[in-house]
Amino acid sequence: MSATVDVTSALQARFPQAAPRASLDHEAVNVPMGDVIAALQYLRDEFAFDVLTDLTAVDWSEAMAPRFTMVYHLFSSTRHVYVRIAADCASDTAPSAPTAIGLWAGANWLEREVFDMFGITFDGHPDQRRILMWDGYPHHPLRKDFPLAGIEAPLPDAEIVAETGMAANPVPLAGGPFVAHSGQINMAEAEPRAKDESWNERRPKPE
Amino acid sequence: MAQEFTFPEAGARTAAAHPPEGEFQTEKMSLSMGPSHPSTHGVLRLQLELDGETVTKCDPVIGYLHRGDEKIAENMTYNQFVPYTDRLDYLAPLANNMAYAIAVEKLAKLEVPARCHAIRVLTAEMARISSHLLGLGAFGIDVGAWTVFLYSFQEREKLYTLFEELTGARFTTSYSRIGGVARDVPEGWLGRVGAFCDQFLPILEETMQLLTRNKIFMDRTVDIGVISKADALAYGITGPNLRGSGVPLDLRKDKPYSGYEQYEFDVPVGATGDCYDRYLVRGEEMRQSVRIIRQVLAKFPDGPWYATDAKKIFVPPKSKVLTSMEELIQNFMLVTEGPQMPAGEVYFEAENPKGALGFYVVSRGGGVPWRLKIRAPSFCNLSILPKLCVGTMVSDVVSILGSLDFVMGECDR
Repeated sequence: MSATVDVTSALQARFPQAAPRASLDHEAVNVPMGDVIAALQYLRDEFAFDVLTDLTAVDWSEAMAPRFTMVYHLFSSTRHVYVRIAADCASDTAPSAPTAIGLWAGANWLEREVFDMFGITFDGHPDQRRILMWDGYPHHPLRKDFPLAGIEAPLPDAEIVAETGMAANPVPLAGGPFVAHSGQINMAEAEPRAKDESWNERRPKPE
Repeated sequence: MAQEFTFPEAGARTAAAHPPEGEFQTEKMSLSMGPSHPSTHGVLRLQLELDGETVTKCDPVIGYLHRGDEKIAENMTYNQFVPYTDRLDYLAPLANNMAYAIAVEKLAKLEVPARCHAIRVLTAEMARISSHLLGLGAFGIDVGAWTVFLYSFQEREKLYTLFEELTGARFTTSYSRIGGVARDVPEGWLGRVGAFCDQFLPILEETMQLLTRNKIFMDRTVDIGVISKADALAYGITGPNLRGSGVPLDLRKDKPYSGYEQYEFDVPVGATGDCYDRYLVRGEEMRQSVRIIRQVLAKFPDGPWYATDAKKIFVPPKSKVLTSMEELIQNFMLVTEGPQMPAGEVYFEAENPKGALGFYVVSRGGGVPWRLKIRAPSFCNLSILPKLCVGTMVSDVVSILGSLDFVMGECDR
């Protein structure tokens, strides 16, 4: 298969709802979430995109709908080209996506990371645990409504709580200088004043 | 009054230790290896389930080092994030800086001149040698070869001295900039790099002779931790670990960037994909890196080392800031708001010592990335551990970890 195959039109012929996606470099296609696994399999089997390079999500902020987009980067080890597949999550409050483990075993950890950081659940994932934060951590740090300085979370181990007398992890830097508020950046106003005003004397801490 | 001791009944103990003849059973034992065991190369914890000395289950636990680099990136300007990329694979910061800079240059549509490309290739290959030397030395220690570690660290120190002359820092160099590099190479530095290469090759041969035909080393690595070609591709393994499995995939050859296409070098591949093959591949890659460095030195181009249209990115020289209003305003805007980028998304992957390091940048305009995803090679390389370790002995797990050559700074980000 030559390197000039038009992946976008081939995908559109097969999945009528697929649409080209604006991109500054590689070919990129928007696919409905229901078709995404079929589309990935089609690309892997017919176009030799045999490596799942990366799998991640983007949070477009609470104000946008759809809020979460899953982004897959595939690479062909024989043709040496990339393609980007994006799929919007249907729900903004309980986002979910189908798992790609059946196609690439390496999707396991990548999806666990997306679940940990964004709270997107993966249907059919056999081992959906947090991977970077500890078990029982209640928040999803890469969401835009999560402040850069973090939110206090209960310590996981009862023994540690009993020993130290601390029930929660204190948030570092909260309210301190050089701390930015996630999402809304105006660097001109950023320094040297504290930007993280997610809670302070005037506004109560979020529950 | 003397304290009385009651001993457990002898019969009660022996019954459990000696099951009836013919149905010998062992008890499954769980063992936590790490998070700060020397063989885990950082803060990796392996929750092993053992049957005797055989591993029946392996569950890697990561996240002890997690610093939230991607969250931090969303809250600072593109230039400010350069030093954070040092801390990903802190054994090859020069290569990380370069990968990040190229990704943002693609977003900003900046073309950098030939001299900048040459400097970047040169430093990236030096970083590869430095990183592989540490991989080699640490692997040696894992399997009990102390001398290799001393030899390789001595060479690394020489490289660090060269880095210090170029960048001002030995460890976290923060050298690449978006649209160029921080400064030109110092006087006589290229000659010293050439001299390093000349003396390095014989020492490398000597160091590897300590291992390559060593009986103990071979017993502990040959046919251990075999990754098949299909598995390597399915798990997204990259770099020397992928090439050790016999897949000749190298982004420097297949998807050339920074002018790699003009240099001649070979891509070494392994035959079986075991720990020994990965060791041999790294050894050969160091020789190939020396070959690339010599070619870069031979045709080192003149001219500027930053993009000429980088006015939007670089702060103007201090002398102009102090004398010209235009430059003063530009300096102020760049420092406070950061270089303004167009909206769009790019993905760029570079062939780093540990594997393919990728940056996915989503911009909605302005001076701050909306989302910056780091595709960390060590993260993907480690995800195969549960499959690789099952059925091996505990001591083989140490060999496997050493041969994968990962770094947790990059895995946890």
